[in-house]
Amino acid sequence: MSTESIQFHRDADRLAHDLRHRKLIQKALGGYYAKRDEQKAKYTDWQMARAAAAAAKFEAVNHLDKYLVELTDKLAGRGTKVFWAADGAEAADYISSVAKAAGVKRIIKSKTMTGEEIHLGQALGKAGFDVVESDLGEFIVQLREEPPYHIVFPSMHLTRGEISDTFEKKLGSAPADTPEALTMIARNVMRKKYCEADMGISGANFAVAETGHISITENEGNARLSTTLPRLLVSIVGIEKVVPKLDDLAFLLPMLATSGAAQNMTCYNTLLGGPRQPGESDGPEEFHVVLLDNRRTALLADAEQRDALHCIRCGACLNVCPIFKNIGGHSYGTTYQGPIGSVITPHLRGLQAWKHLSFSSSLCGACSETCPVKIDLHHHLLQNRRNAIAQKPVWWEKPIFGGFAWLMRRPALYRLAAPLLRIGAPVLHAIRGKIFDPARMWTGTRDLPPAPAQSFKEYWRSRHAKR
Amino acid sequence: MSGMSCNGNGGKQTCDFRVKISLFIPCFIDQYYPGAGIGMVKILERLGHEVEYPESQTCCGQPAFNSGYWDEARAVAETMLDAFRDADVVVGVSGSCGAMQKVFYPELFHGHAREPEAVALAGKTHEFTSFLVNVLGVGDLGASFPAKATFHDGCHGLRELGIKREPRELLKHVRGLELVEMAEAETCCGFGGTFSVKFPEISTAMGEVKCASILETGAGLVISNDSSCLMQIQGLFDRQGNKIRSMHTAEVLANF
Repeated sequence: MSTESIQFHRDADRLAHDLRHRKLIQKALGGYYAKRDEQKAKYTDWQMARAAAAAAKFEAVNHLDKYLVELTDKLAGRGTKVFWAADGAEAADYISSVAKAAGVKRIIKSKTMTGEEIHLGQALGKAGFDVVESDLGEFIVQLREEPPYHIVFPSMHLTRGEISDTFEKKLGSAPADTPEALTMIARNVMRKKYCEADMGISGANFAVAETGHISITENEGNARLSTTLPRLLVSIVGIEKVVPKLDDLAFLLPMLATSGAAQNMTCYNTLLGGPRQPGESDGPEEFHVVLLDNRRTALLADAEQRDALHCIRCGACLNVCPIFKNIGGHSYGTTYQGPIGSVITPHLRGLQAWKHLSFSSSLCGACSETCPVKIDLHHHLLQNRRNAIAQKPVWWEKPIFGGFAWLMRRPALYRLAAPLLRIGAPVLHAIRGKIFDPARMWTGTRDLPPAPAQSFKEYWRSRHAKR
Repeated sequence: MSGMSCNGNGGKQTCDFRVKISLFIPCFIDQYYPGAGIGMVKILERLGHEVEYPESQTCCGQPAFNSGYWDEARAVAETMLDAFRDADVVVGVSGSCGAMQKVFYPELFHGHAREPEAVALAGKTHEFTSFLVNVLGVGDLGASFPAKATFHDGCHGLRELGIKREPRELLKHVRGLELVEMAEAETCCGFGGTFSVKFPEISTAMGEVKCASILETGAGLVISNDSSCLMQIQGLFDRQGNKIRSMHTAEVLANF
C-alpha cells in the first residue's frame, strides 16, 4: 500500500463513523438538490444542453493544438504575455520571477484550483511574497492552514462557530454568529489587501480561443477586484480550459452555475481580454497567462479517458457522490476530491500511488448521471482499476481471482458450494466479526444472511426429479 | 412480438404468445437467495412461457471485473457465453449482473475472439422486471401481498439499464401492497461488490444512510430488483436489531 493509500484509509474510516460530520455535510448540501433541479427545469432540454456542452468541450480537447495556439495569438495580440508551463514548478518559477522583476511584495489571489494543484500559494509564500486568498471560503481555509475541502465550496465542512473562532484567533475579531457579520470581518481585512496588492493572481473557468479571453465566474466580486486593482495580473489556466468560441459560454456559463451552486447564473462573470490598453484609465499594466500542462497531455493521450479533460470543475459529482458525502473532501488527500478527483488524480500524480481512489467506489454512477459535460466518470474508475492491475497485480489478490476463475469455470465443482455453505454458515455466524472470522470485513458491521435450505440449482433439480 | 399481448388486467394472467426463456440465475442468487429465482420461474410459467435453466452457468464474472482482473473476469464470462449460446432470450433476476452481461460484456471482450458472442449475449439479455413490462407488456400479475413497503433502486439497474418505472409498474398492481417512496431511493446502499469488503467502513456508512431513509418511511418491508443490495441493507438492519424485512421484487410478485 502506498503512503497515500494508508492516509486515505485512515482518514476515510475515521470520518465515515463521524456522525457529526455526516450531518454537517448532509445539511450543507441539503438545499442544493432541490434548487439545482429547479434551475435545470428552466432549460428547454437539460439533456440536450449536456450534449451541447460535451460537444463544445470535445471539440476543444480534441483540437488543443489548434485552439491553444489561437488563444495564445489572440492574447498576445493585445499585449498579454503567454507562458506555456510543462509542470507546476515551471509555472511557479515563472510567476515568481515575473513578480520579482516587477518589485512585487504583496499578492492577492482569487480562487484557482489549478493554483491549488501546483501549490502556487505555498510556493510564492516560500519565495517571500505575502499571499492572501480573496475568496471567502479560501480565505478561511488559508487562515486555518488547510487545503480546500471541496472544489467549489472550500470551507463547507466548517460551522459558523468554527469560522468565528478562526477569525477570533487569527484576526483578533470579536465573536460573530451570522453569515453577514462573519463576511464583514473578512471584508474589512480584504478591502485593505486589494488596495495594497501589487499583483493579482486568478484562475480561469474558460479560455476563449476565438477572442482571446479568460473567463472567470464568481459570486463575491473578489475575482474582479483581484484582477483589476493590482498593477500586475497573472491568470493560471489548465490547458483543458480552452473553448473554441465565445458563443460556447452562452450555455457553459449557466450550466456551470446550475451544476456548481444551483444558480441561474453566477453573480459575476468576467472576461479578461488583456492588460490596460493605450487610452484606458484602469486595468493591470501587465497581464500574464500561464498555460499549464502538468500531465494533462498524458491524459489527453489516453483515448479511453480523454473526456475527463472536459471537466469544468463545477463540483456537481462531489455533491451527489455517496462516498464524498461520507468521507469528506480532505480524506482524498489531493487537490481534486470526489469522483472527478478519483478519475484524474491517478493520471496527474501516478497510478500506483493513487489507484485506491479509483477502487474506493461502489460504481453507483450518480456522478456520470449528473455531470453537465457528460464525463463517463464511473466507467473511468473501472478502467483505472483495470490499468492498475494490468500494470501491477496485487500479490494476494491475483491468486484469489485466479482461483475464483478456476472454480467458476467448473460448474460441477461450483455446485458443491451450496452444501458447503450450509455447513459453514452456522460456524461463520457463531464467530462473526471476530479476529479469526474470514468474513470479518463484512461481518464487522453487518450480518450475513442464513444459508437457504436449498440452492436454486438444487431446487431446479428436485423439481425436475419430481416430474 | 408486436401485436401480441398478455392479459394482465385481473382474471387469468397469461400471454397469447410463447417465448422460450433461458434463466440467468446469478451465483449469489443461486447460493443465498434462491427465492428470487424461484419467484421468477413461477411468474414466467404462469404467463405461459417455457422456461429453461442452463445448468452450466456459474457467475457473470463481475467480482473480478470490478476488481480490475479482466483476464480472470473474461475466463469466467466465457462460461456464460457457453451456457447461453443457444438461448433465444436470457432473463436475469438481478439488475447488477444483468448490467454486467448487457453493458460490460461487449467492453470486456472488445478486441477478443469471442467479442461477437458477447455482443450477441448482451443483446438478448434482459433484466426480469424490464422483460415483464417492456417485452411482455405485463402490468398486473394477479399478486397480492399485504404490506407497507418501500423500493430501493439498485444502481446498476437504475443507471446502466435505465430501470426505474418497471418494478413500480408491477408492484402497484399487487393487492394490499402500499408502496411509499423513500427520499434516498436512488442513493447507493454502499454494497458495490468487492467494495463492501475492501472499504467496509465507507460501505457501512453509506448503508446506514440508506437504512435511515428506509426507516423514515415507516415501511416494514424493503423491496429491490437486486438481492445483493438487500444483503447489505438486511445485514445492517439485522445487526442493528431492526425488524425490517427485505424481499426481491420477484418474490413479492409471485404471491398469487
